[in-house]
Amino acid sequence: MNLLLHQILAGLATGGIYASVALALVMIYQATHLVNFAQGELAMFSTYIAWALIQAGVPYWGAFALTVVFAFVLGVVIERVIIRPVEDAPILAIVIVFIALLVIFNSLAGWIFSYTIKPFPSPFPEQPLFGNSYVSSHELGSTAITLIVLFLLFGFFRFTPLGLAMRAAAQNPVSSRLVGIRVGWMLALGWGLASAIGAIAGMMVAPTVFLEPNMMGGILLYAFAGALLGGIDSPGGAVVGGFVVGVLENVVGAYVGTELKLTVALVVIIGVLVVRPAGMFGQVHVSRV
Amino acid sequence: MTTPLLDVRGLSAQYGPTQVLHGIDFGIAAGGITTILGANGAGKTTLLRAVCKMIRSAGEVRLEGQRIDGCTTEAIVRQGVAHVPDGRGTFMNLSVEENLRLGAHTRRDRAEVAGDFERMYAHFPRLKERRRQQAGTLSGGEQQMLAVSRALMLRPRLLLLDEPSFGLAPRIVQHLFEILREIHVRERIGMLLVEQNASLALQLADHAYLLETGRVVMSGPAETIRSDEKVRRSYLGY
Repeated sequence: MNLLLHQILAGLATGGIYASVALALVMIYQATHLVNFAQGELAMFSTYIAWALIQAGVPYWGAFALTVVFAFVLGVVIERVIIRPVEDAPILAIVIVFIALLVIFNSLAGWIFSYTIKPFPSPFPEQPLFGNSYVSSHELGSTAITLIVLFLLFGFFRFTPLGLAMRAAAQNPVSSRLVGIRVGWMLALGWGLASAIGAIAGMMVAPTVFLEPNMMGGILLYAFAGALLGGIDSPGGAVVGGFVVGVLENVVGAYVGTELKLTVALVVIIGVLVVRPAGMFGQVHVSRV
Repeated sequence: MTTPLLDVRGLSAQYGPTQVLHGIDFGIAAGGITTILGANGAGKTTLLRAVCKMIRSAGEVRLEGQRIDGCTTEAIVRQGVAHVPDGRGTFMNLSVEENLRLGAHTRRDRAEVAGDFERMYAHFPRLKERRRQQAGTLSGGEQQMLAVSRALMLRPRLLLLDEPSFGLAPRIVQHLFEILREIHVRERIGMLLVEQNASLALQLADHAYLLETGRVVMSGPAETIRSDEKVRRSYLGY
């Protein structure tokens, strides 16, 4: 029983990471109807920036904040410079651009920072908090950070005029222009936010998986599974899906075998696509013919 | 002579190789209502889209003397041109209230905006009843009311209306046109009205243009057009 509880709590911690990346995927998906395969590599690259800043003597939270800003700007620039010109290109062309970005950032990180695995510091103490033996304080802390980020984002999209304009621009660009929304900038802002969320997820997961250019590969797959499970067009669903996949992965890893951990993600992806393609909270799209 | 609200010269537009508008001239007097009449495929919707640069177009467009044909759609909207588009342009997944809030997106006068919400709800009580509902669940008629209200939330100088009567029950059409007239009289908002329902449009408008395959074939005061033998037979049906 204790083992199960422990696995569930640990699963929630990694699930939070998946939920964040899943949310970033959904944000880009809503605007472009494509999955940004480079999302994980952007997060990984940003985490390297945080590592470099910390190495240069910047205190952890300072490096954290600077990295979030860096990731945001990086996302905006990528949208403006690389994605915008291919906006109206055939889907396959855009997918190739995403894959190219993935490869470019992966090799760039390897070239600049080398492929050797690096430890990444956790901002949380080594001793478990509140004297509990179930979760490490890093797991607890990173879950808390994830939840704070998710709540802030929810508030931003739900209650601010800018958040509303961004949702509108993603859903209906034509009508958005007709009420004076600068749709191009809203999409760039969406990329910036998605990239910033990814960076936070990267910094939270790096202490556990260690920093290396391929660290986000598996995570992107789990996040994708989470996003699909919740519904690729539902931000709330993606978050729930991310947490579910995290718990599932941990429980299966503990009771069935670690070898099957990644298989869980693939089973979820295929299962959802076969049984309910719209996901748990996604909308079923019906078109009249 | 006062500057016309809208002055359009040589407006042309094409979809791919097909030219849809062939150098059209038209205008709206200050505080006036102009209607564009024509059959399906005459280029009415294209004309509205060309005016606010939703499509590429050539020709001069002046809003109160200022050239706007080099602006983006967003910039034209920010100068006070609201558009009730073909197909209503509802933000389906947002609530009715959020749709209206988006209409006032470019405005910064919060207190006034709050007042305008109440005015729209007074014009269309249905929208108030359903303000928390997803706009996609509204009936066609309700969505048309929402589209008009959303455009009015901008407090426009010029309102472009693309077949506001489309899909509405006759009684609701009457109500909608009464409200448009009332708003026009009270706030002197100029309107460019594209309609299939010619008799209705000619009652509201002061000026009319008749469009056939992308060319203006007749124009004049609404009174004159209404009494024209040919128009009466082809468009008014008596």
